[in-house]
Amino acid sequence: MKTPSLIQIEQVCIHCKVDVSFIHSLHELGHIEVIMENDNHFITEEQLKALESMIYFHTELHINLEGVDAIAHLLKKIETLQDELTVTKNRLNAYLNE
Amino acid sequence: MEFIDYYGILGLAKTATQEEIKKAYRKLARKYHPDLNPNNKEAEKKFKEINEAHEVLSHPENRKKYDQYGKDWKHADAYEEARKQQGQSQSRTGSGQRTQTGGEYAGDFSDFFESMFGGAGRQSSQTRFRGQDIQAELHLKLTDVSKTQQQTLTVNGKNIRLTFPAGIENGQIIKIAGHGAPGVNGGPNGDLYITFSIENNTSFKRDGNNLHSSVELDLYTALLGGDIFVNTFDGKVKLKVAPETQPGTIVKLKGKGFPVYKKDGEFGDLYITYTVKLPTGLSEEEKELLSTLKNKRTHENA
Repeated sequence: MKTPSLIQIEQVCIHCKVDVSFIHSLHELGHIEVIMENDNHFITEEQLKALESMIYFHTELHINLEGVDAIAHLLKKIETLQDELTVTKNRLNAYLNE
Repeated sequence: MEFIDYYGILGLAKTATQEEIKKAYRKLARKYHPDLNPNNKEAEKKFKEINEAHEVLSHPENRKKYDQYGKDWKHADAYEEARKQQGQSQSRTGSGQRTQTGGEYAGDFSDFFESMFGGAGRQSSQTRFRGQDIQAELHLKLTDVSKTQQQTLTVNGKNIRLTFPAGIENGQIIKIAGHGAPGVNGGPNGDLYITFSIENNTSFKRDGNNLHSSVELDLYTALLGGDIFVNTFDGKVKLKVAPETQPGTIVKLKGKGFPVYKKDGEFGDLYITYTVKLPTGLSEEEKELLSTLKNKRTHENA
């Protein structure tokens, strides 16, 4: 199994000009998984895209933490619904092509 | 290449202040940001326009150049040349990077922008950003995805060899990490998202991992039972038809369906619906025999 690449959250914060507490809040809200190793906090590279989006919403679009939380939940819901829609469309096509 | 009205895109007058530009940009970006409008190409296009308009109007030097030469953009180079000759050109540190956090839309500006500002139009930043994600669509046939297969795709001019597990669904999206556009300032590469469009080139109907097909029985096999051969995805199998099988009867052939995605050796089921074909062009003798049979049934049921 591939070992995930880890990125120190302080580094992300410097690059994205965001406070560490923002990432910890996202972690507390269940949107980001923070890994602790030798007193250092990391995120996996896999999560970077989602984290960058949330930071962007907060810093550039001026959406507060509660708003980012609501958006993240709604996006997850959209993803689930889109998966369901794909399955339903495929099922419907099978019957329409009869 | 056409002139782009950046003020119009942001819904602003030419006299707008920096604060108004910022406010208008934020408002529209919240509405059209691709992350907030998944799989909406129209929103993505609109966001790129907004982003470009903001890139020009939020930087005083770009804005000044645009205001002066916007409609007459073809002469912008001559303007630059004249400035250099007068020794007034200001040093620019920009090298094509963007300022915007979230780096996913870096470098995707219109020809108009590139012509007028080039790489220098984008403000310099040493911040590292992920590269842009790339969306691709792959058209395959149902028979192709019934087996794990390798495909070589050309992405960003590079050939990449990918293995697609059997059982991919129509419309399924697979992420290939790190195969998107290169990162900015040493940031990680974006990802490649492949959406599969699968054409059913078989007589089977697919419902997830299960397959459905209908098999026509002749009247006598339906009445008396017998052995038949039916097509499955991997060849013919012999099937015993029970006597007095009714039209619409469904039989399940366990494990004869479609491969289950990423579960090697696991398969769905094949559901066969029987239809009964009645004989046509009956001879006189057959009609007589059927009449005898009918009378016998009517008599017995009376």
